[in-house]
Amino acid sequence: MAQRTRSEQADRIRHLLETEGPAIHAHASASNARRKETYGGTDDLEALRTDARAIKEDAIDRLPELIETVRDAVEANGGTVYVADDAADANEYVADVVRSEAADGADADAATAEPSVVKSKSMTTEEIDCNDALEANGIDVTETDLGEWVLQVADDTPSHIVGPAMHISREEIADLFNERFDPSDPFETAEELTRFARDHLGEIIEGADVGITGANFVVADSGTITLITNEGNARKCAVTPDTHIAVAGVEKLIPSLPDLEPFVDIIAKSATGQPISQYVTMLTPPTDSPTVDFDRPDKPITAGTDGSDDIAETADDTGDPDRDFHLVLLDNGRMDMREDDQLRETLYCIRCGACSNSCANFQSVGGHGFGGETYSGGIATGWEAGVHGQDSAAEFNDLCTGCTNCVDACPVKIDIPWINTVVRDRVNRSSEPESYDFLVDGLTPDEENGGLDPGKRFFGNIGTVAKAASATAPVSNWLADAGPVRALLERTLGIDRRRDLPTFQRESLVDWFERRGGFAASSQRAERANSRDRGVDIDREVVLYPDVYTNYVDVDRGKAAVRTLEALGVPVRVPDLPESGRAALSQGMIATADRQASQLYATLAEDLDAGRDVVVIEPSDLAAMHREYERLLPEESFARLRDGSYEICEYVYGLLENGADSDMLSSGDGAEPVAYHSHCQQRTLDLEAPTVAVLERCGYAPETSSAECCGMAGSFGYKREYYELSVDVGERLAGEVDGAETIVASGTSCGDQLETLLERDVSHPIELLAPGARA
Amino acid sequence: MTVDTVGRFERALEGLEVGFERVAAADASERIGTMAEEPAVGAPLPFEGVSLPESVTTDPTTAELADARTGVTPVGFAIAEYGTVAVESTADGAEPISLYPERHVAVVAESDIVPNISAGFDRLADGFDTGRDSVVFATGRSATADMGDLVHGVHGPGDVHVIALEDR
Ligand code: SF4
Repeated sequence: MAQRTRSEQADRIRHLLETEGPAIHAHASASNARRKETYGGTDDLEALRTDARAIKEDAIDRLPELIETVRDAVEANGGTVYVADDAADANEYVADVVRSEAADGADADAATAEPSVVKSKSMTTEEIDCNDALEANGIDVTETDLGEWVLQVADDTPSHIVGPAMHISREEIADLFNERFDPSDPFETAEELTRFARDHLGEIIEGADVGITGANFVVADSGTITLITNEGNARKCAVTPDTHIAVAGVEKLIPSLPDLEPFVDIIAKSATGQPISQYVTMLTPPTDSPTVDFDRPDKPITAGTDGSDDIAETADDTGDPDRDFHLVLLDNGRMDMREDDQLRETLYCIRCGACSNSCANFQSVGGHGFGGETYSGGIATGWEAGVHGQDSAAEFNDLCTGCTNCVDACPVKIDIPWINTVVRDRVNRSSEPESYDFLVDGLTPDEENGGLDPGKRFFGNIGTVAKAASATAPVSNWLADAGPVRALLERTLGIDRRRDLPTFQRESLVDWFERRGGFAASSQRAERANSRDRGVDIDREVVLYPDVYTNYVDVDRGKAAVRTLEALGVPVRVPDLPESGRAALSQGMIATADRQASQLYATLAEDLDAGRDVVVIEPSDLAAMHREYERLLPEESFARLRDGSYEICEYVYGLLENGADSDMLSSGDGAEPVAYHSHCQQRTLDLEAPTVAVLERCGYAPETSSAECCGMAGSFGYKREYYELSVDVGERLAGEVDGAETIVASGTSCGDQLETLLERDVSHPIELLAPGARA
Repeated sequence: MTVDTVGRFERALEGLEVGFERVAAADASERIGTMAEEPAVGAPLPFEGVSLPESVTTDPTTAELADARTGVTPVGFAIAEYGTVAVESTADGAEPISLYPERHVAVVAESDIVPNISAGFDRLADGFDTGRDSVVFATGRSATADMGDLVHGVHGPGDVHVIALEDR
């Protein structure tokens, strides 16, 4: 059963990689690049993000009160507010309004025609399948956002929160339209297609009975709906028909007008990298704008007003008397999400799509692979779990590799990877026990309930596995390479046989360090280096964290780190330390990770108290200590470990800054080119720059990679269903660095991926810098 | 408002490929006439001594609005940093007039050009206090990339000109 699902998933991903991937990648990566550039050029970006988040936190906290505030405001303006419990409730209300409006407004001759609705793009109406519900009620619905309209014509679903038809190429649209509308001159260019759409949709808007929009934000105390578009269709839908229905999730409420400012300033920057969108419509309906009745061509549009030239005088509180306005506020699980400590953050989301654009996996498969019933991309897990239930989120949740690229992209600072981890954990706990549990049971004494996918348990307990494999190396390596074993691993654990497995070293880093004399010998070496070096005496001591890979697989980079620190006069300890919990976290095994975090902190507490610095080589382990431990440890313990732990190159940079002598390290010829791929989490922690700085100081000219991710992200690339996706993502990076003479990467997975794809050596930067490395 | 602010506004509009011109109030009517490709419709201008040229129809009928090539409207204020003009939803139809025709000619008093979005929000708040609480921040030309490439002039105008009244 598990096996069939896995290969079906693999097939589905392969299909999307081929069909939708290229178009998605072109659009999403361009938006992402523009976002990065715009973010980079925005001086007060951090302040904006902080403000935006604080406003959302406050608004969600006060939500019940804001609902009453907006009800009063809208009613005072002459409109109506309806709070809908769920999809059916909302749809029924909307259909009722449309029917009665069409009946009221109908001329004798038009009375028999179907009521008609024009819509501006809205994910919330997608969430409730509003179009289907209206059509079932005999109402004609037309989407007016060009992307949405293409989907409507193609009978397809959105694949991106902001660019719903991102997965369809211009050629495909032209073919679709030529077939459907049979023009005398077939459409070819985007210009021709757009003109046609403009004219066609323009007529439909002019004749519509009701306009339906979403709302990007709703200002509670004035009842102002904010609609943000580049095309201008929302403006037409909202004000051309005399009835406007805005459908918005309750989470769109913000208290007052000044709260709108940071969002107006940041939403386009995060979505497309534009400084601001073309049209930010702040509408406090019913508005003073005259209704435009295209059925009465000779009627002046301003008839019925006093025709005064003075704008201030004609403005009043009730708007054009012909206008009717309904605000439908949708709950559909949101009030429960508000009570859920882990999912609540999802409600801060402003649906800008930046997380999707920044996600390497999303760029490859798009929202039809990386999404649920409605929402797509990383944050979709939270949305789907909240509004459609966990099952809807389960299917694509694994596609979040926890790389944290989206963390810096999100304008409201949502910890999207954490939401994914939490949902993964909940999904794990709800599934049925698997029949292969026995295989993993012996190896993995974890804290998780039965029923967890054996592959997940295997990777979540990789430390135990590695220890055993190292103890039996090289036999374990030969075995792991043997065909029958690979077949078994693939069948039972889903480890793709095309992927090289790590080669376990017989002598672990910890054992090597002990064999050469442990801390005493290290102190002597550091002492000697200090006496040779006429520079300052640096009085620090390091505990080097032997993460699973450094300890058992990539022992060389551990040795290089030890030698480098000693050469700079710093004595090192390499104790046998507990796992960080990183592996467990990436499989959604929060209980296991929690236990490991506590054990690690307890073991390190004395070192921290003694003022020793914890130095970490693997960025993802450091990220666990600096990010996720906030959720797993008491506040003080977390802060203590975070403040006392460093990434190896960051630490070396600090030593050099404090007077250590870079001549002790291996250096390049002054401008020796090196391609350097930092690591996703390393970038989020702002640790790319110190590595670059150290490399430069030591005579190298590092070129950093711009690709989002290596595609491996821990265990991701080993899994059969994701192998091809992992390679697709990896090839973008590989293509970028291939020409370089030397390539270094900070993460194990990144290095492995590049070595496999390029068939050449890729080491850790510390191995380039370690004394004697170039000898 | 400083000269700098106007300069910044002009540069922002240039980046958006929006035309910009500074004129004295006395010359405004004539300049608007040149900009407004016919048939043109407009909303009355609330600036003393400045009126729309004869060629621009005010109080247009629906048919005149639908057929117009140009819509001329005043705007409440403008935001220099982004090249934004704030179109208010007034009873004389400024909003549809600025939206339906292919070309929008926006007329703003130079004293109403504010430096940044923050100052824009202050102006917005002032307007809200006096009941002018439906406003569109329009920046550049209507655009879409949904058909595969960037195209201007989708549902809104594909051609925008801003006229700043120097002595207002
Ligand atoms: S989670 Fe953040 S980045 Fe993603 S769509 Fe929501 S607001 Fe945008």
